[in-house]
Amino acid sequence: MQASKKESLLRKPGVQTLLASLICILLGLLVGYIALLIINPAGATEAILDVIKNFWAYSKPEKQLKNFGVTLVTTAPLLMCSLSVLFAYKVGLFNIGAAGQYVAGAGASIYCALALHMPWYLCVIAAILAGALLGAISGMLKAYRNVNEVISCIMLNWISLYLVNTLLTPVKNPTGKDTFTIASQNQAALLPTAGLGKLFNQKNVTVAVPLAILMCVIIWVLLNKTVLGYELRATGLNKNAAKYCGMKDKFNIILTMAIAGGLAGMGASLLYLSDFEQWAVTQASVPAMGFNGIAAAFLGGLNPIGAIFSSYFIQHITRGGANVNMNMYCAQISDLISSVIIYMCGFVLFMKQFMNKKLDARENRKGGNNK
Amino acid sequence: MILLLQYTLIFTCVLMLVALGGCFSEHSGVINIGLEGIMVFGALGGALMMKYLPSGTAPFVVFWVVTLAAMLTGILYSLLLAVAAINFKADQTLVGTAMNLLGTAAATVIVKAINTAENSSNVSSEIMYVEAKKAFSIVPGTEFSWFMVLAVVLLIASYVILYKTRFGLRLMACGEHPQAADSVGINVLKMRYAGVMISGLLGGLGGLVYITAGVSAWKFENGVAGFGFLALAVMIFGAWKPQRIALTALLFGLFRSLSNVYTGFEFLKNLNLPSTVYNMLPYIISLVVLALFSKNSAAPKAEGIPYDKGMR
Repeated sequence: MQASKKESLLRKPGVQTLLASLICILLGLLVGYIALLIINPAGATEAILDVIKNFWAYSKPEKQLKNFGVTLVTTAPLLMCSLSVLFAYKVGLFNIGAAGQYVAGAGASIYCALALHMPWYLCVIAAILAGALLGAISGMLKAYRNVNEVISCIMLNWISLYLVNTLLTPVKNPTGKDTFTIASQNQAALLPTAGLGKLFNQKNVTVAVPLAILMCVIIWVLLNKTVLGYELRATGLNKNAAKYCGMKDKFNIILTMAIAGGLAGMGASLLYLSDFEQWAVTQASVPAMGFNGIAAAFLGGLNPIGAIFSSYFIQHITRGGANVNMNMYCAQISDLISSVIIYMCGFVLFMKQFMNKKLDARENRKGGNNK
Repeated sequence: MILLLQYTLIFTCVLMLVALGGCFSEHSGVINIGLEGIMVFGALGGALMMKYLPSGTAPFVVFWVVTLAAMLTGILYSLLLAVAAINFKADQTLVGTAMNLLGTAAATVIVKAINTAENSSNVSSEIMYVEAKKAFSIVPGTEFSWFMVLAVVLLIASYVILYKTRFGLRLMACGEHPQAADSVGINVLKMRYAGVMISGLLGGLGGLVYITAGVSAWKFENGVAGFGFLALAVMIFGAWKPQRIALTALLFGLFRSLSNVYTGFEFLKNLNLPSTVYNMLPYIISLVVLALFSKNSAAPKAEGIPYDKGMR
């Protein structure tokens, strides 16, 4: 009796997804650990623990809290990017363009803040619109011209990178390659901290995190509890059937990409309007945030609530990478771990099939015994 | 002018090699978004070989050993895609994206580990190969290198292999209709492995050519700055055909080198366009062309779909 209960638990898709994600994480950490062992066996165990512990590695509570805050600051934009990816994926579109939409959002929000001196909420809206516009272009190309969204998104990623670099050059700090800090030019464009900054003793912790979590809930409700969400998911599952049922498949594709783009664009504004980092106008590659969003989306089992945990986890180990002993290792070990985790996410489908096959085999055997 | 010609030709070679790699992979039915990562690994293999070859080695030997090292690392890295996409039916776009991130991250970790082990205060991700690089040039002091000759040979070879040999025609059948190919006794999985591994070979070589173009040291933190994606654009613009890929690579290579050297031309300088415009142009052109001609796309029909015998 007990065994069958356990089995039915393992049968649940949610449990299987969780298990698969945990396996991905463990394998990623294992590869990271092996890499550390190869580089220098002496400090490898300590280093991998540093990565896993992140802020817990500090002894003072204030310092722990401060570093926890920093992790949260970078979690908010990643969460938005992963929402963008998973939302599009539910409708059957692979939004590799989250990276470019993120760039567009960064450009719009920084330009509105520094050049046009707008308050923060207008900057956020500008970022959403810029991302949505970029997403909608991919959506229109897909709907009307049958251009694969992955390809058009890749092109748009690079186009938007070069555009934003040009757009932001006038608001560059003359002494370096970064844009001015928001605080030095336009205090009103900083995201309000709502007491969170004081709580974490880190001025960059703003309403960004609660806003991002709120968006998660909104997206979950939109997907699961509304007619629009039902239509979008139906379009994703079978485009032709959805069209046959009278759903506007073309409009739905464009709308999906626009919403996904808006989410990624907003994510960028949540990072850059907290003044945590500035845009380097000479950067020659698309920021990895959008691509990591793909990782977080898949690691979170393509579920908005799961994305909260997976986004936090990825930023947790990324931040933890900065703690390793720099005389032996480098911070990129965390990038290595998270990219292995994404790679392993490709095997999730296989893992699930494998689990079900094993369960089936066991049931069959039991069935045979009863005879 | 001669500078523009040098850069155009060398960038053309890079784009053409990598795009041809993508072409083989896609014709076998596997989308290869991970070209960028493959380039990084090929570059890493080549750079490490240049670093560790003893300084007195004959130029001829240096050229071939380094080239083979880049090809081999490219092939090994491409196996990551092959195993996931062909045996485990993983989402090819996801795996490709992971490979791009992994390529830069792993290369940085490896190079930094080597540098730090040599000298604990050296935390850069740079490999220098000033001496070894000289073995590649035809005319010393310029960018005209033996890689250009090799690239042309490989272009012709690609054309012949794809259209004139049994292997190539079978490979393309696997990308168009794998079930039909299987029904006449072609091993689809083997063919797809071959396609992906050839893309690893060409992509790895392309990475090596890229990091030796105009510079003699490379920071692996920077990856290959989007050249893998540009090559993807070349492949699409080139309609998955070697001869058109070569012409497209020439066009895109010209734009790319213009962004480096446009200040040397009076009339271009007078236009007063920022260099980003020249960087952007290839992507914009390919997007427009895609929008105009995608209705009857030349893409292999079955690309991106894992082969399932049950679908026959």
